[in-house]
Amino acid sequence: MKVFMLGWEFPPFISGGLGTACYGLTKAMSAMGMDVLFVLPRPVDTSHATHVRMLTPKPTAGGRELEYAYDELQRVRFLAIESMLSPYTDPQQYQQRMEEVIRTKRTIAQPSAAEVQQRAFGTEHYSGDMFAEVHRYANAAVKLAMEEDFDVVHAHDWMTYPAGIAVAAVTGRPLVVHVHSTEFDRSGEHVNQMIYDIERRGMHAAAKVIAVSHLTRNIILSRYGVMGDKVEVIYNGVERNGDSRLMPRSGISSDEKIVLFLGRITMQKGPEYFLMAAKKVLEEMDNVKFVMAGSGDMMHRTIEMAAEMGIGHKVLFTGFLRGEDVERVYQMADLYVMPSVSEPFGIAPLEALNYDVPVLISKQSGVAEVLTHVLKVDFWDINEMANKIIAVLKYPPLQLTLREHGNFEVRRLRWQDAAEKCARVYSDIMVHV
Amino acid sequence: MSSVCFYFQVHQPFRLRHYTVFDKAPHYFDEFKNASICRKVANKCYLPTNRLLLKLIRKFGGQFRVSFSVTGVLLEQFHKYCPEVISTFDALAQTGCVEFLAETYYHSLSYLYSRTEFADQILKHIEMIEQLFGQTPRVFRNTELIYNNDLARTIESMDRFDGILAEGADHILGDRSPNFVYSPPDCEKTRLLLKNYRLSDDIAFRFSNRHWKEFPLMADKFARWINHVNGNGQVVNLFMDYETFGEHQWEDTGIFDFLSHLPYEVLKHPDNNFLTPSEVIERYPPVGVVDVPHIVSWADTERDLSAWLGNAMQSNALHEVYRLEGLVKQSQDEQLMADWRRLQTSDHFYYMCTKYFADGDVHKYFNPYDSPYDSYINYMNVLNNLRKRCMASVAESTAKSTA
Repeated sequence: MKVFMLGWEFPPFISGGLGTACYGLTKAMSAMGMDVLFVLPRPVDTSHATHVRMLTPKPTAGGRELEYAYDELQRVRFLAIESMLSPYTDPQQYQQRMEEVIRTKRTIAQPSAAEVQQRAFGTEHYSGDMFAEVHRYANAAVKLAMEEDFDVVHAHDWMTYPAGIAVAAVTGRPLVVHVHSTEFDRSGEHVNQMIYDIERRGMHAAAKVIAVSHLTRNIILSRYGVMGDKVEVIYNGVERNGDSRLMPRSGISSDEKIVLFLGRITMQKGPEYFLMAAKKVLEEMDNVKFVMAGSGDMMHRTIEMAAEMGIGHKVLFTGFLRGEDVERVYQMADLYVMPSVSEPFGIAPLEALNYDVPVLISKQSGVAEVLTHVLKVDFWDINEMANKIIAVLKYPPLQLTLREHGNFEVRRLRWQDAAEKCARVYSDIMVHV
Repeated sequence: MSSVCFYFQVHQPFRLRHYTVFDKAPHYFDEFKNASICRKVANKCYLPTNRLLLKLIRKFGGQFRVSFSVTGVLLEQFHKYCPEVISTFDALAQTGCVEFLAETYYHSLSYLYSRTEFADQILKHIEMIEQLFGQTPRVFRNTELIYNNDLARTIESMDRFDGILAEGADHILGDRSPNFVYSPPDCEKTRLLLKNYRLSDDIAFRFSNRHWKEFPLMADKFARWINHVNGNGQVVNLFMDYETFGEHQWEDTGIFDFLSHLPYEVLKHPDNNFLTPSEVIERYPPVGVVDVPHIVSWADTERDLSAWLGNAMQSNALHEVYRLEGLVKQSQDEQLMADWRRLQTSDHFYYMCTKYFADGDVHKYFNPYDSPYDSYINYMNVLNNLRKRCMASVAESTAKSTA
């Protein structure tokens, strides 16, 4: 079984849960003996040092092929198409970033300014707007696909659907689209029609649609008009990292409790509900700090809001965290809160449980379908959210029981099972083709 | 001879209302929910089953006999929400064929935490039964049939009871049969009646289970199983929740038909009869001593305390509620006392059980909360409010006395 997989991001170039999910899934597939050809738009701006070794970039028809080597991903080959696409952006942000890249390239790479100009504006590598870029990515993917042999096309989220449709059409292989989130999750009712159309087209063109939860499946059925028998639910898993050694807590005195928000600070994640609950908690108890780890388009608004509410000194913003910093912040936390307004799945609570942190999640999340040993609350129910936060901070037996059972429960959510279910989906549609 | 001894447990707790840390009002119980559950179960189970039993007792001219343990907290709710149920129980009591047993008024775990509270609650329950049904209980059953040697000695020392009911668990009986009367070690007059859990659970749990190889269970078949006891046992103790009839096993399972045919089928055999626990103790001498150093109960497959005391939250909540005893009694406030005692009902701790929680089984069915964690949080919030009230009350009275 060989899978042509179209992704957006992959560790360490991640900004959200999608990269983590792709990593976990492909790793489990690799371990099962499936071959995965992972195509992703590699962002041009790679200012972060990484542990990934890039092997012999060789020019191919579709752009540039870069092979990353991961010890644990022996059967996964990576094909990167140079592109500005990155997940969780909207067209305006794309435009801004685009301009920024061109500016820096001009100033830094002076010797070969002409070349940079050519690269930056050449239609081969960059496109002026995000939708054109999505289609350029599709073209490049088709060119790559023509040189490869595989059994099935697997596309993750909307940006890769046009590429998935194109590759499937050209090669005659069946298409699976994997819905990690929909436009309704990201934007509420103010959907971007063009993105919606792309999502809809992808779901209808696919032989099978994989949804990360029943919550998402319901949206796919009701909002995108897809037939129920075509949509399969496959829950995400979590990587088990065995050692949760305790590190010294720094900067925050040890008699202070820490309540953690970790995720993109955007409308979808409900940061304002977190703050409103924080304010209520602070009315009852004082020795608490609220840490908001992450960045996003609502970050500035959220910082202002904390100040306006008069709890600015109790809310700490860390910005986007990676690697060890994530680990450290989990180890400091007494409670992880995910107040998402709409969360198709939500891998972060699983990670929190992995680090022995009790978890409070909104009922409007897919992960609430699989977790029982967590606290659940409606995202809008500030009173109840504060009530539960206080209970966890005040009653050690509650923390203890949640931690014990939660850590045990999370071990049952394995990527291996997700990969096996994907394999079943593949073989189902291959019989039909 | 094989005698059938029916005992039905009749209980509903005072469920708590949703109570957050921000709530300050001293009203803890969900009037609406308790009323509607009480009325619902009365209509599905208590009223129709009481009527049926009354009919059967009359029909068989006193040969059909049963016993009940109705908790004080449920009797209070009957008074408030559906008093007609009490009159049907009273009608049963008047037949002379129905025995009422004693237990802790609040269906509490006080035996494990406070012996004075334990004794007080038993006396309070006896008083209520005397008042309502005109009989003084002579047989004791502890909450959820929690039992050990020490409990037997405690009950013996109260000098009011002839016997105790307990679970006929395999690990206390070994290869002996539950179908005899036994006595506890170091007790002179107290007798032990042990539940025949196989036959009891055939009715209470397996009756409507279509995967059970004996399904469907008919009265004649069940009577045959009773007949088998003849010759190697004297009494078949069928102990179960009264809600089995119509509530756990719905009417459409045929449970009422089963019950209405059972006396006839059992009495068909000339050696069979029905007895109440006191009559069993009077009729059959003990055949041996059953030693129970460790606690047994009738809950779950473990038959131990783990349903109420299986995790840190349960243990914490129980310790906290009994830690208030001194303060509550010091306050001498009747309302505080009543609230505190209602918080002792074992159901509150059962809701916090995390065993099998993920599998969603019987624990979930009886649980008004979405999760054991929610129930713990709610309970602790209520308890904190109660503590504050107690402290305020005590502070007030000391201020008065010094003034």
